[in-house]
Order: sequence, then C-alpha cells, then structure tokens
Amino acid sequence: MKVDKDIKYSKTHEWVKFLDDTTALIGLTDYAQEQLGDLVFINMPAEGDEVSCDTPFGDIESVKAVSDINSPVDGIVAEVNEEIAENPENINSDPYGSWIIKVSNITEICDLMDADSYERFCQEEA
Amino acid sequence: MGSYIPNSKAEQERMLDFLGLASLDDLYDEIPDKVKLKDGLNIPEGKSELEVRRRMETLAGKNTVFHTIFRGAGAYRHYIPAIVKAVASKEKFITAYTPYQPEISQGVLQSIFEFQTMICELTGMDVANASVYDGATACAEAISMCVDRKRDVVYVSATVHPDYLRTVKTYCYAAGRKLVVVPEKDGVTDIAFLKENLDEKSAAFLMQQPNFYGIIEDAETYFGVAREAGAKSIMCINPFYGAIGRTPRECGADIAVGEGQPLGISLGFGGPYLGFMACVQEMTRKLPGRIVGQTTDLEGKRAFVLTLQAREQHIRREKASSNICSNQGLCALTAACYMSTMGPSGIKEVANQCLSKAHYAAKLISSVPGYELVFDAEFFHEFVTKCPVSVNKLMAKLERQGILGGYPLGGPYEGCILWCFTEMNTKEEIDQLVAILKEGIQE
Repeated sequence: MKVDKDIKYSKTHEWVKFLDDTTALIGLTDYAQEQLGDLVFINMPAEGDEVSCDTPFGDIESVKAVSDINSPVDGIVAEVNEEIAENPENINSDPYGSWIIKVSNITEICDLMDADSYERFCQEEA
Repeated sequence: MGSYIPNSKAEQERMLDFLGLASLDDLYDEIPDKVKLKDGLNIPEGKSELEVRRRMETLAGKNTVFHTIFRGAGAYRHYIPAIVKAVASKEKFITAYTPYQPEISQGVLQSIFEFQTMICELTGMDVANASVYDGATACAEAISMCVDRKRDVVYVSATVHPDYLRTVKTYCYAAGRKLVVVPEKDGVTDIAFLKENLDEKSAAFLMQQPNFYGIIEDAETYFGVAREAGAKSIMCINPFYGAIGRTPRECGADIAVGEGQPLGISLGFGGPYLGFMACVQEMTRKLPGRIVGQTTDLEGKRAFVLTLQAREQHIRREKASSNICSNQGLCALTAACYMSTMGPSGIKEVANQCLSKAHYAAKLISSVPGYELVFDAEFFHEFVTKCPVSVNKLMAKLERQGILGGYPLGGPYEGCILWCFTEMNTKEEIDQLVAILKEGIQE
C-alpha cells in the first residue's frame, strides 16, 4: 500500500490535496483502489454541485461492486476530471495522480488523517 | 393424480437408512411438538386424472371465448405461429425459474440475449434489458432512470394508457417525486403546456406511440422541447408500430419501453405480460434489472453472462433506484421465438395488415350515421368513434354474436368507442360488424 506524505486522508478512503486554503483536489487512495479491484465506471457530479462532509458526491464501479465516493470537505465542485471519467482505470495505476474532482469555496474540512495515521488506520481495518 | 412423485417407498427407506433415521417424522425432530400438525391437512382426497380433467374443463367452459375481437386498449390479439408455443413450452424452458447461477444456464442467457438484440433492432436503441413485468412497469422504471437530485419532476402525457399512468403515479408517490400529467388536446399531448412547463427541474417526459386513442403523435417535436430543457425523453411504443413507423431512436428518445404482449404472447386475461426496456448507450448504467452480455469463454468460444451486475439491487440495495432483479423470463423467451419466427419482414407485414385493416374499418364504421371519428388524426390500428346508441347495449348485442366490440371509453370520451383491428380480423368480419352497426339496436 502506497501513501503520499503531502496529502490528507479520510476514513472512507478518499485523499485531499489542498491547492490553497479553500481549494482542493479529491481522489481515491491506493488502498481503496486495491480493495475495489479493476475500476470500470465512475459516476461524476456536475460542476457547480455542492458537496459536503461524509456525503457521497458520486460512485465508482469496479468489476466487483459499486461504492460511494464521499466528500471530505464542504464546498462547490469547481471541476471534474474528464480524463478520469473516460478512463477510471487510471485510478488503479496511479491513484494519487488521478484526482476525481476539484472543490473550491471550501468552508469545512472533515476529520482527516495524515499519511502515518491513515496507514495505521488501514492496517487496523484490514 | 399424484402418481408421478418420483421417489418410491424403497428409495425413501434407502435415504432414511443413509441418514440413520427410522422414519420421515424424525426429520422434523427439531420442530417443537406443540407447533406440529397432529391430524394431517384438512384437504380432500386426491382425484384421478380423468376427474381433474373434467373439473378443469367445466371451469374453462365458463369462459366466454370470442371468435371475433375488435378490442385492443393495451392487449392485442395477434396470430401466434404454432412453433412459438411449441418451443416456449419445452419443459427446460417452461419449468425453469430464473437462474440463480445464471452462467450455468447458457441456453436461457442466449435466449435473453437474442430477445434484447431484437428489442434493440425494433426500437433503434443501443441496449435493452432482459424485460420487466409489463408495459406499465417499464414506463415507471424508465422514469426512475431519469430522476436525480437536481431533476425530480416528471411529465407524463395524459394520452398514455390510463393503467400505465396509474402505475407511474404509484411509483412517483412512493419515491416522493413530483408527477405532472401533461393535458390532452384534441386527442394528443398539449405541446404548448410542455413548452411552458419543462424547466431545469424536469427529469423526464413520457409519451406513448401510438397513444391510448390509437393516434400517432408528433414525438419528435415533443422530444425536441424536452431536450432543450435538459429532460430525458421516454417513448412507450407498440412494437408493431416500431416496425413500420419512426423508431423511438429516430424520434430522439433516450429510452424506449413498451408492452411486449403483442409479440407472440396470448391475451390470457391480462397476464402474464412482458415489459421491454431499451435505451441509448449513455444511460446503460441506469437500466434496471438483468442485462445479458456476450463474451468469450476461456477457450475463446461465444458465451453469455449477466453483465453490470454490480449495480443490481441485491448487491447495492440501499442505493438501488429499482427493485427489479429478475425478468419475465418465459414471456421474453416467447417473444424472442415469435420475433425470430416472423423475422423483420413478417413483423412488418403484420404491422401493415393492422394498419390497412384498421383504416378500412375506420372508413366503413365512420360512414355509419352516428359513428363519426372523434379525432381527425393519423392512427395506427386503433381509433375512436362516437356511438349513437347506448355503448353497453351495443356491446351486449355484439357479444350475442360472439363478437367482442371496441373498448368503451370513459372520462371526457364517455359514450365513445376505441376500436382495434389486427391481422386477425378478416374483411368479412369487418363487413359483418358494419352491418350490425347499421342495423342499430332496439333502445
């Protein structure tokens, strides 16, 4: 399992990379992609949608299951990554390089973990 | 009866012996004595095959079987080639329940795959599912495919079959969706109402082609309005009309649904019937129920699988937008047999016969004083006329001659009759009907 030291993690296995105080990229962790298996489809929100803490903003389908993707922040969807919508399997090969949505106007940040705590969290969960 | 239970006393003994039990009752040891039935079941003794046959034939004799039918209104009498029933009643099809380990039943999956393929050809759509209960369910499920957080108001034309509308209402009520019935004007959907009301909250617009009154509506224009508002377009289509008219795809529909009963399924007192559903590629993942896909097995041979299973409600129950997990297997198989027996040209011919017989009948019936056509509009194989006498009395008179007359309409068209003509109706039958109408009735 890989972690990226510069980003934050949620308990539902999303990562958050802050670009500034109110803007962030959100993606799925390496642990999540490994658990889900080959990803085949992603259901994206639309630009301008509101997202809020621990609430699903989309879902992702693997050959095994469909899982929600929860938002780790309160904010507005500024951009969706069309490249990932077209090729969700990129999340399998490069989870931390494959952001799913960019959120702006962030007003609230959920309870997030740093890389070390997330690693411990996953070990406990496993 | 009962002599066909395939385990003999000796076999039972052997099984008990193997289990180390003395009697069948020992199998129920775990069940508390007080809840066990002591005196056996209170049902009559079994009957012989002859007795059963007599009883069933007496019951069947109570049915009124019309030799001539001029009624449709959602259930259509068409000729069913003998081979269709022969194939569909093969025991491996007729006794099989929906396969729980689907891939082991390649034959069933292939039949569904063929059904889906033919439904796609008829509707012009990219993907079809394995079927749902009936046309009404298909309409309601199609609407569920279109609703999301931002768009939750659905529009259904008042010219859709009233039973379908009721089913859609039930679904919408239960799901907390807002349903707007688009009013009817001169027998068709009121386009002005659509233009005024569709907006960024509108999820879908559902119309029926031909509509409940048999009229061919201007679907293309409606769907253009829906598209402009960002709403999805759903067409509930008679499969025979699809074979000769513009397909749902050509009219710009996102989803095509309909009642599959006309495709080789007996009228059977209203069921079991068959709902078909097909959609454009982009909506595939919203399509409910089972979908069979074609693939290759480890040896590279053609094989069939249930696909998109990850979205089925039994896997993702709390998020499912549909509770359909099975399909109308035997009816879908029957329809597949029918369609492959008839072929595209056979289906077109049936459609053309329906069209021309209905137009022949309309010309004659409407020339009888008092039976004028109610709508001045293009129609397929059904049309509405006025009736100068009591509709009930007219129906009773026809019934005495073994004829099931048209469907007596209610509501705004109380006192009018919805007639239907298919390839089953001969010119002689139509002429006889017209003669009876001319005779009039003793009021």
